[in-house]
This record gives sequence, C-alpha cells and structure tokens, in this order.
Amino acid sequence: MSVEGQPRVGLFVTCLVDLIRPSIGFAAAKLLEDAGCRVEVPAQTCCGQPAFNAGDRDTARAIAAQTIAAFEPYDYVVAPSGSCAGQISKHYPELFAGDPNLAPKANALAAKTYELISFLTDVLGVESVKAHFDGTVTYHDSCSGLRELGIKAQPRKLLGSVAGLSLVELQESEVCCGFGGTFSVKYGEISDKIVSEKTARIGKTHAATLLAGDLGCLMNMAGKLKRQGSAVQVRHVAEVLAGMTDEAPIGEGKQSA
Amino acid sequence: MSAVSTSPQFKRNAHEALRDANLQQALGMVRLGFIDKRQAVVDKLPEFDALRDSAREIKNHTLAHLDLYLERYEKKVQEAGGQVHFARDAEEARGLILEICRKAGAKTVTKGKSMISEEIGLNAHLEANGVTPVETDLGEYIIQLRNEGPSHIIAPAVHLTKAQIESDFRRVHTHLDPTRDLSEPRSLLTEARGVLRQKFLAADVGITGANFLIAETGTSIIVTNEGNGDLTQTLPKVHIVLASIEKMVPTLEDVSQILRVLARSATGQEMSVYTTFSTGPRRAGDPDGPEQYHVVILDNGRSNMLGGEFQDMLRCIRCGACMNHCPVYHAVGGHAYGWVYPGPMGAVLTPTLIGVDKAGHLPNASTFCGRCESVCPMKIPLPKMMRHWREREFERHLMPAPMRYGLGLWAFFARRPALYRLTTRAAMWSLSKLGRSKGRFKSLPFAGGWTKYRDFPAPQGDTFQAQWAKRKRAA
Amino acid sequence: MTSARDDLFANLRRSLSVTGTERIRVAEVEERLAEAPLGVIPARGQLDAAGRLALFKAMAEAASATVTEVESPEAVPQAVAAYLRDHNLPATLRMGSDPRLAAMPWRDTSLEIASGRSDGHDLNAISHAFGAVAETGTLVMTSGADNPTTLNFLPDNHIVVLSAADVGGDLESVWPKLRKALGKGAMPRALNMVTGPSRSADIEQTLFLGAHGPRSLHIVLVKDAASAG
Repeated sequence: MSVEGQPRVGLFVTCLVDLIRPSIGFAAAKLLEDAGCRVEVPAQTCCGQPAFNAGDRDTARAIAAQTIAAFEPYDYVVAPSGSCAGQISKHYPELFAGDPNLAPKANALAAKTYELISFLTDVLGVESVKAHFDGTVTYHDSCSGLRELGIKAQPRKLLGSVAGLSLVELQESEVCCGFGGTFSVKYGEISDKIVSEKTARIGKTHAATLLAGDLGCLMNMAGKLKRQGSAVQVRHVAEVLAGMTDEAPIGEGKQSA
Repeated sequence: MSAVSTSPQFKRNAHEALRDANLQQALGMVRLGFIDKRQAVVDKLPEFDALRDSAREIKNHTLAHLDLYLERYEKKVQEAGGQVHFARDAEEARGLILEICRKAGAKTVTKGKSMISEEIGLNAHLEANGVTPVETDLGEYIIQLRNEGPSHIIAPAVHLTKAQIESDFRRVHTHLDPTRDLSEPRSLLTEARGVLRQKFLAADVGITGANFLIAETGTSIIVTNEGNGDLTQTLPKVHIVLASIEKMVPTLEDVSQILRVLARSATGQEMSVYTTFSTGPRRAGDPDGPEQYHVVILDNGRSNMLGGEFQDMLRCIRCGACMNHCPVYHAVGGHAYGWVYPGPMGAVLTPTLIGVDKAGHLPNASTFCGRCESVCPMKIPLPKMMRHWREREFERHLMPAPMRYGLGLWAFFARRPALYRLTTRAAMWSLSKLGRSKGRFKSLPFAGGWTKYRDFPAPQGDTFQAQWAKRKRAA
Repeated sequence: MTSARDDLFANLRRSLSVTGTERIRVAEVEERLAEAPLGVIPARGQLDAAGRLALFKAMAEAASATVTEVESPEAVPQAVAAYLRDHNLPATLRMGSDPRLAAMPWRDTSLEIASGRSDGHDLNAISHAFGAVAETGTLVMTSGADNPTTLNFLPDNHIVVLSAADVGGDLESVWPKLRKALGKGAMPRALNMVTGPSRSADIEQTLFLGAHGPRSLHIVLVKDAASAG
C-alpha cells in the first residue's frame, strides 16, 4: 500500500509502551496513519536512556547503535514520548561525537526523529483530529518533551479540536512529576514528595482525567493518584487524540473504569 | 580540609528534611517567591536570552585565557596600591587571611556574604585563632547565631521561619528589652540593623567575597541589596577580598553584560541595589575607605576543571536560579546536600571540591528535568555535567550493587532484541494476569523503592511488538 | 607565597595546554582589553534624551527611590529642605566637598550643614552623582573627598543630586564617560551603583527596605544642563 509521497514512518514505540501499555502504540499508529503515513515497527528494545543516565556509556552506545541500524530505512522515526525521542535526537549525536563511522548515522537518525504529537502538528501540519472525549482534562508537560524538544503548544492545539473535551490548565504544569527514571526508585522518598505536590495540584484542577505525553511520568502520577484513592483517570494524550479510550485508564482494572 | 561535609549521608539528610515541619513550611515560600519574580523581569527584557548567550561567550573566552587575564588583573591591582595573594587550597587561603588579620592587630572582623569563605571554613579558623568573625548579611548573621551553614547560596537562611529567627534573636540579644515585639520580619530586620551597626563601626578588618574581578582595571565587584558588604569594606582599616580564580572578566563592558543577567536570575530584580566596584585602597585626599586592600585568589581544585568536561561549571555566577527551580531542592532544602553548595550547581561542583566518593549522591539525586539548565543565566549544561559525574562513578564502580545488577540485567536483554521480545512477552503476560483485576500492584518484590510510595500500573497483557506482528500477519 | 602563585599559574596552563607566551592568545587578550567590545545593548537603553529621563524616573521609582525634578542647580537647596520637612526629618544635612553642591545657595534654607565623611551618626546626607543609567534607574557614585563613600551607606536618608545631562541610557554608557574623566584602565577607589534604598528579603522572602544602608533614597534631578560635570 505504499503510495508515492506517503512518508514511511518507523514507530519507535518505547520500551515502556511496548511492555506496559501497548494501546498507546496503537493510538500512535492510528494518528500517524490518519495523517497519511505508512507506519512500520522494526524490531526494537529501548533507546538506551537508562544506561546513558546511569553513566554507562558503553551500554548506551551499544543499544543506540542497534536503534540506529534498525531505523535507518525510514523517512521519519516517531516515538510517543518526548523523553525517548529526545534521547535519540539530542543525545545520540553526543554519544557518538568523534566516531567517524557512527557519528554521521547518529546525526542522520537524530535529524529525522520526532515526538509523536509535535511530528503531527509541526511536520505533517495536522490542525485537528476527529475524536470525541466527554469531560474535563488537565495536562502535564513532561520535562524532556518540554525543555529538550519545545513541546508545549502542540498537544494543547490538538486537544482543542477534540469534541466534548475541555482543558483546565494545571498549575505549575512545567514542574517535574518526580519520575526521573531510576531516580524514582533510588530516591523514592524524594520522588514521592515531588509527585505528591503534583497530585495535589492535579486535584485542584477538578479535572476528571490527567493527560501527558510520556508513559513514565504517567505511571508515576497514576501510581500516586491510585495509592491516594483518587478518582482521576490517567491516560496518554495519544489515546484521547486517536479516540481510543476503550482500554481501562492507567493503573485501573478492566471493570473499574 | 574545608567545611565539614555530610554529603555521604544525603539520603538520611533528605529523610530528615522531609519530616522537618519548619523546613517544609519555609521551603513552601521559596518556590513561588523566586520563580515568579524572575519570570516577571525576564519577560520585561526581550534581549534576555541574547544576553545569556553574550554572558556565556564572555566567560568562555575568559576561561580560555584565564592565565593571561589573571596576570593583568594582578598587575592592575598592584598599580592601584593593592596586594594580590594566591592560594592553592583552602588551608593556604585561611592562613593568608589570618596573617593579614594578625598584622592588622584585628580582634573582630566584619564579613560580607561570601560562599568562598564558607568553602574554606574561614570563620572556624579565625575563631580558633582569636579573631572574632561577624557575619553582616542578615541571612548569614542569622545562621551564624545558629551555628549553621547556609542552605542557599544567595538566601542563606531561606530554610528558617520567622518564628525560629525570633527565638534566636531573643536567645542572643539578651541586652535588649525581653518584652519587645519581634513578631514581624520588619522588627527583626530593625533589630539586626541596630546590633550590626555597632559591629561595623568597631571592626578592624572587613572581609568580602567578589562577584567579579575585572582584568582591565584591577577591580573587584560585590553585588548586594542590604549595603552590609559596602559597610564591611568601607569602614575598617583593612579590606580583604576573597575570590576564586573563575570570577575574572576582561572589561567593564563585559561585566555589564553579565550584571544584566545576574540580578534578574537571582532575586528577580532589574538590578541589585548596590553594585560596588572597588579598586585599591584609600587614595590621597580620600576621607574614607580602607587603608589596605588585599585580594586573596583561591584555586582549590578549579584549575583542574579547565580544559575538561567540567569547565563549563566555571561559568557559574552563583545566582541560585538553578536551585530555585529544582524540584529536589524544593523537596529537601539546601542542608541535605551536606556541604557548602546545594542544588544543581552544588551537585556538579561539590564532587569536584570534596571528591565524588563523598558527594556521589548529589549528581545522582536529580530527575534530569532540565529546568536548572533552562533558567541558568550562563547556560551551563547542568544535567549533562551531573551525567558526567555518573560516568566517572560508573567507571570507578561506585554505583550501589543492586542498581548495578538491575541495570546490567536490563542491558543484557536490551542488547538482544530477539531474546528481549521473547522474555518480556512472557513476563508481561504473567504480570498482567496477576494485576488484571485491579490494574495495578500495591507491592512488587523487585520495585520496593517504587511501591512503598505508589502503586505500579499493571501491564495490559501481550507486548505491543507481539500484538503488532499478529495484526500484520492477519492483514 | 611565590611558589603558590607559580604553582597556580603552572596548573592553570597545564589544564589549558598553553604556555602563556602564545602570540595569538596574548594578542587576543590585548585586543579585548584595548577595545572593550560592546555586547548586547537592550533597546530600552537606547532611547533619546527625553525617553531616557522618563525611563530613569520610572525605573528608579520602581526600585522604591523617590524623584523630584528641579529646573536648575539653584533650586536644589529649597527642594531638599522641602523633602526633609515633608518627611518630618530634622533640618540637618551632611555633604562632601563637591564644587557643584558647594555652589548651591544653601544659605537660603535653614538647613544645618555638616561636611566630610560620616561617622555613622547622621540622619541625612547629600551627594552628587557622577552619572546614572536609565535602563535600570541606577545612580553612579564615585568616591573621593567630593562625595565620600560613607555618605552613600551610613545615613538613614540619602539624597542624591543628578544632572539630567549625566543620565545615560544603558549600563555601558558609564564607561566611556569614566575613561574620559580618569583615563583608560583607571577607576575611582570606589564606584557605587545604587538602585533604590537598601533592602533585605532574607526573612521568609518578605522584602523590607532599610537593611544596613539608607532606608530612603531621594533623587533630585536637575534639568539644567549647565551643571553637567
């Protein structure tokens, strides 16, 4: 079904989505296909960020080399995560700086890698989506997407086109949720304090649903909200934009939604 | 040896900080005060970001030519009648300062706020040798009364509530009427002004830090709001400037660029109240000013940072914006970091100064949210440099064993895509069965650091890659 | 001490991989010091004379200074006397030997004038500014017998006379003026940039005026350019 001019997109689904919440991957694929892309999913594991941030550059490089090879054939590489897209587009070049063989390839991959929502709006020029979602939502700006990739207006723009949805801004939406990858486990107590501040502000919005663009942050916030007995439902923004909200929200059972 | 460090106990410090109600109340005020004020003045200056770039380039140029600018600076200070002393480490700097104080026959010295003074543990050394140091910055004065170190580089007493300060003033200022009203910050400020005014007039030596040193003119600069630094350096017979090597800038024009980003980033002011340029001692015909002007220039490990992966950190102008915007600093405050410099800048600098074996927690206790770098007036890539410390630790096998094994296991699979797909598919399938009804786990054996505080969302079932492959086969 | 100095420079040069004698580096440094290139100058620092004065006033007031305008140097003493009276302050005033201040008709007022440095017991003092910076409402004071530095910091109330002609737009405008007055590479012993009265927010981030320096800063802006120093 390849059509002349149809962009060929390699979906980098991210390890968390692959393992924990595949429905985000399908929502991403639908959004991309609706926007006229041909979506393919090459064999993949992880972007290597945990190793990179742990100071293990050798492992980070080995995993990155794997990703570079797997995604070479595509016009674009798109990830439903600012964090993983940022790892590829900002940090892969840093990992291979000075490597005559891999630096050009890392730079080439970096240049064609995007976070999902900003790819839809900034590259494909998507102005609106044909989705329906009844209720009030609030939105958390995940750190890597916001500060490494400048994602702020894009999700709000597309959410504005969802029928039935109204967005209430979250106070201090740009403040970290306290996830930080292994930080959340290594410094669980501090992470807990930070996420508790976040969930308190989420509560103040009175929104029924919390959205964000990174599953790591979403698991952290959902995990805290559920532990606190909150009724706020937590979803990846792509699920709402794709109109694919049949699956139970993050951290909720099949019946409870 | 410098100031005492509790950085190795960062986790315990943090644990206690999170349970300290006074501290948490005080930290609640830090957050919005600094952030909103900074944003408001930044919004009023469209050239702010261009000035950050300009400031960064000025410091990069200076650091690349630091030997030459230091030589020129030294020459200009001497021409103006001042003396320059070089100290390789904290001990040498303390010795030099004590020697100057002794020669001046000093009994008391007043002090302007100086982080370098904290870094070299100057007060304890002076006291042990019969010279009484009096901190004159209000915040520093308060923490000196409490025998504490600063918890913030520009607001040293930011961890205290006014009730705590009131009780310290009553404890120490016993010569004042015990029934006086000290319930408001203003009355505390007035009382400190009165007490310290006498100290300013009586001091034999005044010691200040320096925000900048200017090579063109041999000038040291202090930037303050209270005026204490100026009284410290104007009234006594001897003025000692204590500064580290990276405070250098080439010209008056260069420092003007950096001043524009300093006050805005630090306190959200367009300009601090007092920016004072000092060049040498009292001149013929001068009715006031010190008779001697000394500059002690400290290295203390900084020259080793030049030419390496931590050189960018030497651009730091100590504004505090990184900690003001740091979620970890907001949660635990400055003392938890366990040494002189807290927050993101401390997380990069402290391992350099006291060793990564002692300060290893600091660059690890970051979510890498990047907000520090986004507000840094000198555009220092703080997260990147914290990562460099993690790399050094990794190379030296300083990472705690469980974390190392966990990451190693994960890396083993992540480097083998076929095995990864097989294994994770099975693991997620069983986890999803276990967690299906509730959709989450209250505890998981391998993720106690997570589930102690929050639930862990259960996997939906089959992995995305497996489902996608199935879908493609069906199509 | 010599060895500490030598060691420090040797270590610096080792880290930078330089000897300190490279012609290109030396030339770069000499050029920068000689030419003192300008960086980014904010648009708000580049207004015309009227715009500069208006901005200076607005910024100084935003920093909690007060500003009175007078038409000529001769009008300064009456304006100062009125300010002190209006604020229920005693009719005393300390000043240095600045000829511009000395030439003003202080005898027309009932102010009790003291001269020279302050010993910390003065309520009111007056100085003449070297210049000012409109972009931030900043006064530029230079040390010396004309305007002793202690007057800027010890009295409770500091009054500063500023000639309108001396108000520059941007911070950088101070430096050519200073080099013209003192020579390239020279500075007064102390150059104080003052933006509003002293303050502290060290207690619970609550800002209060009058920390260790003056509690009030009053600027008398003289429109007549004749007194420009």
